[in-house]
Amino acid sequence: MLEIKGVHKTFNPGTINEKKALTGLDLVLNEGDFVTVIGGNGAGKSTMLNMIAGVYPVDCGNIIIDGIDVTKLPEHKRAKFLGRVFQDPMTGTAANMEIAENLAIAARRGLARTLKPGVTKKEKAEFKELLKSLDLGLEDRLTSKVGLLSGGQRQAVTLLMATLKKPKLLLLDEHTAALDPKTAKKVLDMTQQIVAKDNLTTLMITHNMHDAIRVGNRLIMMNNGKIIFDVSGEDKAKLTTADLLEKFKNSAGEDLDNDRMLLS
Amino acid sequence: MDFLASLPGAAAQGIIWGIMAIGVFLTYRVLDVADLTVDGSFTTGGAVLVMCTVGGMNIYLAMLLAFIAGCIAGLVTGIFHTAFGIPAILAGILTQLALYSVNLRILGNKANQTLSVMKYDLLLSLRYINKSIIVGFIFVAIIIALLYWFFGTELGHSIRATGCNQAMARANGINTDKNKIIGLVLSNGIVALSGALISQYQGFADINMGRGAIVIGLAAVIIGDVVFGKIFKNFALRLLSAVFGGIIYYVVITIVLRMGLNANDLKLFSALVVALFLGIPFWKNKIVSKTIKHNKGGAGNA
Repeated sequence: MLEIKGVHKTFNPGTINEKKALTGLDLVLNEGDFVTVIGGNGAGKSTMLNMIAGVYPVDCGNIIIDGIDVTKLPEHKRAKFLGRVFQDPMTGTAANMEIAENLAIAARRGLARTLKPGVTKKEKAEFKELLKSLDLGLEDRLTSKVGLLSGGQRQAVTLLMATLKKPKLLLLDEHTAALDPKTAKKVLDMTQQIVAKDNLTTLMITHNMHDAIRVGNRLIMMNNGKIIFDVSGEDKAKLTTADLLEKFKNSAGEDLDNDRMLLS
Repeated sequence: MDFLASLPGAAAQGIIWGIMAIGVFLTYRVLDVADLTVDGSFTTGGAVLVMCTVGGMNIYLAMLLAFIAGCIAGLVTGIFHTAFGIPAILAGILTQLALYSVNLRILGNKANQTLSVMKYDLLLSLRYINKSIIVGFIFVAIIIALLYWFFGTELGHSIRATGCNQAMARANGINTDKNKIIGLVLSNGIVALSGALISQYQGFADINMGRGAIVIGLAAVIIGDVVFGKIFKNFALRLLSAVFGGIIYYVVITIVLRMGLNANDLKLFSALVVALFLGIPFWKNKIVSKTIKHNKGGAGNA
């Protein structure tokens, strides 16, 4: 479903701020894989997701989604394959627009924007049902501006937007990190339900090692722009956080230095 | 009584400039870009209308050409901004500068050209102020109705999303560059249409008629927001509030001129008024956050 072949990315090359974010990244995701991604600060986790989404161009290497080489496609053209939820709840939605309008925009991901109505009556009814299933009390607030919602509600709406039109690949960039623990759990539960329901191929960065082990069928650990540990199925299910920390120390030769990860 | 007699004229001018404020609203509020092309494209609209009408063209066709000329000006700014990667403000300044030469060409290398209402069948004129007000409002109604429809379409939604949150727009497959260009084209087309109306109203087109247009447009948008922002939430009403802002602006200008302000100081006065109105929301926030802090402190002590 996703193939990343030898991707390199260096930010600010040749300057004092040079940062080798990805150094020959290889990864193959099978259809239906739910992969959690962990790693230290600056390991290249977010860069990997941004490369897949086309936020910045790669220096070299190839990115193939569902058999199509998207390496040279601009961000908005790759969007038809991808559903994305970001760490910052502000990023995934348009604050000045209504909930229904945001959902309608997401429902047209990958389609030409025409002069037909932006939201149809039929869609409004569908959105209402969908929002009801979230159980956040949003079903009666279709015409509220998204800017009025809480961070958790905005992430829930973004998640709905990302999966409204079934993506080939769902990219979750620490999408619960900015939420309080209770809301974070709710959004993560919702994520698991939606992924299971539509059997979505998913790549989820998290700073919570318990979640990384508990959620999904595969786990990868990154360091210095590479994947240093890749485990799936039974072996993954048996992991403990102590195993992960030790694994990291053995592979990277240093302690895992993710501030948030150690605090959580 | 002399002063009251001058109010309808101010209102007529305000309505026409209010149409230009609708154009500014599209870039400044919807696209979140301050587009300085308008100083040039306003004149372009006036120049095209006068030259076409003097050349014997039907007035409606001349209006259409003025609109298209403005659209092209917006297209150039849009290409400078997206394809050349030039910041929007600078892209607008470049087009505006280029338009000075273009406008002189359109005006037949003269600084101004007259258009007498006695000789040509114009839509409005300061000789017939009541009619001008009515014609102005008909244009306002048509433009707002069309824009209200347009921004409710899929394309219109995607343009609003582009102005609100580009990361979100692109993640949802929206070509933000294309949308910014469409917004700039539409905005400058409307601005040129306003210029075409003004040149009929005043009976001439002048190479400097657009100077400071962006400031008047912003003034109208901001005054409209400040005065009607609390009650006008709907998109169509927000556009209308920009037009009302234009009317208020011109009535106020008329009053201060009557009170003895030297007409040469008018642009200084306008700039200061706009700076003041732009500052109000900023100061308001500061005061609010101070009060919140103060209250919190008080609660802590109690």
